[in-house]
Amino acid sequence: MSFTLLAVQILNGLQFGLILFLVAAGLTLVFGVMDFVNLAHGVQYMLGAYLTSVAVAKTGSFGLGLVLGLGGSLGLGFLFELLLFRHLTRRDHLEQVLATFAVILIVTDAVKAIFGAAPLPLPVPHGLDGAIELMPGLAYPVWRLVVIASGLAVAFLLWFLITRTRTGMLLRAGSTHPAMVSALGVDIDRVFLFVFAFGAMLAGFAGAMAGPILSVEPAMGDTVLILAFVVIVIGGIGSVRGALVASIVVGLVDTLGRAFATDLLRLVVDRSTAAQAGPAIASMAIYVLMAIVLVFRPTGLFTGERAWTRAA
Amino acid sequence: MNETRSLPRRLAALALHPATAILGLAAVVVAGQLLGEGFWVTLAARAAILALAALSLSFVLGQGGLVGFGHAAPFGLGAYAVLIAGEHGIRDILALLPLAFLAGAAFALPTGALALRTRGVYFIMITLAFAQMAYFVFAAMSGLGGDDGMGIAGSATLLGWKFLRSESNLAWLAIGLLAAASLFLHAATRARFGFVLRAARDAEARTAALGYSVFRTRLVAWALSAGIAGLAGALMAEQTGFVSPALMSWHRSGELIVMVVLGGARRLSGAVVGAILVVLVEEFLGQTTEYWKLGLGLLILAVVMARVVDFGSLLRRRADG
Amino acid sequence: MAEPILVLDDLVKSYGALPVTDHVSLTVEATEIHALIGPNGAGKSTLVGEIAGSITPDHGRVFFAGREVTRLGVAARARAGLARVFQTSHVVPGFTALENVQLAALAVEGSSFRFVRPVSSEKHARDAAFAALERVGLGRRAEVAAAGLAHGEKRALELAMGLVQKPKLLLLDEPMAGTGREETEHLTELLAGLSGQVPMLIVEHDMATVFRLATRITVLISGAGAITGTADEVRADPTVRSAYLGEGTP
Repeated sequence: MSFTLLAVQILNGLQFGLILFLVAAGLTLVFGVMDFVNLAHGVQYMLGAYLTSVAVAKTGSFGLGLVLGLGGSLGLGFLFELLLFRHLTRRDHLEQVLATFAVILIVTDAVKAIFGAAPLPLPVPHGLDGAIELMPGLAYPVWRLVVIASGLAVAFLLWFLITRTRTGMLLRAGSTHPAMVSALGVDIDRVFLFVFAFGAMLAGFAGAMAGPILSVEPAMGDTVLILAFVVIVIGGIGSVRGALVASIVVGLVDTLGRAFATDLLRLVVDRSTAAQAGPAIASMAIYVLMAIVLVFRPTGLFTGERAWTRAA
Repeated sequence: MNETRSLPRRLAALALHPATAILGLAAVVVAGQLLGEGFWVTLAARAAILALAALSLSFVLGQGGLVGFGHAAPFGLGAYAVLIAGEHGIRDILALLPLAFLAGAAFALPTGALALRTRGVYFIMITLAFAQMAYFVFAAMSGLGGDDGMGIAGSATLLGWKFLRSESNLAWLAIGLLAAASLFLHAATRARFGFVLRAARDAEARTAALGYSVFRTRLVAWALSAGIAGLAGALMAEQTGFVSPALMSWHRSGELIVMVVLGGARRLSGAVVGAILVVLVEEFLGQTTEYWKLGLGLLILAVVMARVVDFGSLLRRRADG
Repeated sequence: MAEPILVLDDLVKSYGALPVTDHVSLTVEATEIHALIGPNGAGKSTLVGEIAGSITPDHGRVFFAGREVTRLGVAARARAGLARVFQTSHVVPGFTALENVQLAALAVEGSSFRFVRPVSSEKHARDAAFAALERVGLGRRAEVAAAGLAHGEKRALELAMGLVQKPKLLLLDEPMAGTGREETEHLTELLAGLSGQVPMLIVEHDMATVFRLATRITVLISGAGAITGTADEVRADPTVRSAYLGEGTP
């Protein structure tokens, strides 16, 4: 096992983690601020990839296609919230689970019906499809570096928005004292609408960025959604900071686990057992991590009292 | 309490009585056998199997207030128990059923112990995550067919007798187990166990302050329901003769929740009715279109939105302009 | 002289640098009604939590019925005989009044892991529950859903739930909170009727109630126990008078 291989896998893990962050950030805000269990968030990710793919094919430009895809994701977010989810925000979690689950079924099948089950092409944009040499002997795809950079940029943007703007302050207040904020004359429903739509756009962005690396297919949102859940449980509901830390950790653990589990096992057991058990253990890794965090911190790493009252 | 009820209400109460749905399934099996309609028997068996799983979920969800999105995991584990036992030469149903029950319960105890320390959104996500873990673990086991799954070694026997040669015997086994589980869970609901579970659901702090161990009660309910789901999984394995990780997918977990809620979450028997409904809808839709999931989704969405949207006030707001 | 049922020994609890419980020591005798009073912010709620077991003190010990219970949780203390009547009515809304008391009765009678015998057939618990309801004057309201009871009736129900457990100590956390004049009087008479039968620790704001019922009164000021004594002693104490001046009801 060479250093180069390790370095590549670490970068891959970081990149994967940041994609997860883009999905989890919007989701954790929706969970935390709106107390809304949105299972359909994975579908937003998928739709972002599809919209961008179609837009790129039609316009011939990745940049334009991306902008259109983002706009579409934002619009869909507004649509979902206004038509459907608005009515569910103050309801039983059970109702929310059912309704958003239904949305997954509907949208996934609709996409399959319109575009077919085969993956859509979303090529890496020209000029960014090569690899650069980070170090002697270590060549890494440019696009993946772009993904890492965008993920970090969004993280910074979110930090800025939440801690330095009035909207961000409203958000933080709204999550702990929604009634109070309403009483102060702020239209809390409007705040929720924007949070939701923005989160949807972030997920769509993640889908568009991940599209060239993973494949654009109807069920692509499912795996990502579950991982986003794990991230939020580990990081703590409502905490964007927690989402960032947790998603990078999850990304690294998952990627490194898959890459090296079998090899590491071979140090203790024979070849065939390792070949059998390796993949299984690798897939368990992040859930075991989640379980360990839960033992010590049932509400995640970055939450306190507030999360308890919200979840009760 | 003792007021006389009108005829329509009495009919509704009768329709929702647990025995009605189960007897209905039995009637379908008998009719299918007499008329030579093997398909009816298969469908009834499938409905009974899924009803058993849904029933177990209804107990923790309705009585305990625990919204778990991972019930397909113990269901699938019961099926895998049959597969693995078969690989080791164990084929007797009298051994397979307890093994399936234990498989479900064994999964539920550690995961439940962690999940039950949380509430609300956390609980839903954690149960979903653990079920996914089980899915991925089994999907990674190439020795058990991996992602594609594997056929079971052979049908189960009862003390040597290959009783599952006849499709209707499986249906009777499923209906029998459903009836037994139904009786047991209904009794538990009326007994202390259900009493405390409901009290904890509606007034947790109070119940604990009275001296009850809420955590332990919930954990036992959780393990019990997972065990019963395991039994259903074992039957599923026997019916299809095939076990794959798809049995544990979260779509299956979602399907189970739909069954519980469709028939009425507060009543145990609702799960049986819901299961039958969903099986029928899936079958009917599946024959009509390839995209039956879309139809099912629309149906579920319609049911939920109808309950949730206050159409009356919406219309009034429109009228006022 | 019988041993005191509750002993608080030098309890300290701080949130950050703020001592909310400041070296509080207190005893409740086996036959008395002991009242705990103090101005708002004196730390009464925290102290109640430390007695009931929902809050663990940073320092000091709690003894109940001769045993040290400092490390025990709420349910364990409840099983040991400490019955708590909550500040805001915490009954099970979907259950009837009778079922609520049955729930309380069954908690101290055997295991809850019973799966077969219906609760309605558990005659012993049912009879005890009915008797407790009668004792607090709710006999006629036994089959009413708890959510449908009036506020004062809910307080009486809570009291019945406490009594049916044959508690060694009744911990009443502001029982008169939110009750109207008539209900307050009714509840006060109820409690007076129970005086001597079961020891009580009552945390209260309503002074009329306190002076009517209490054998002894402990006054809590800024987290520390300022004085413990009879009603007359407390009324005359200058520290208490200055702490309460401007508070309202004498």
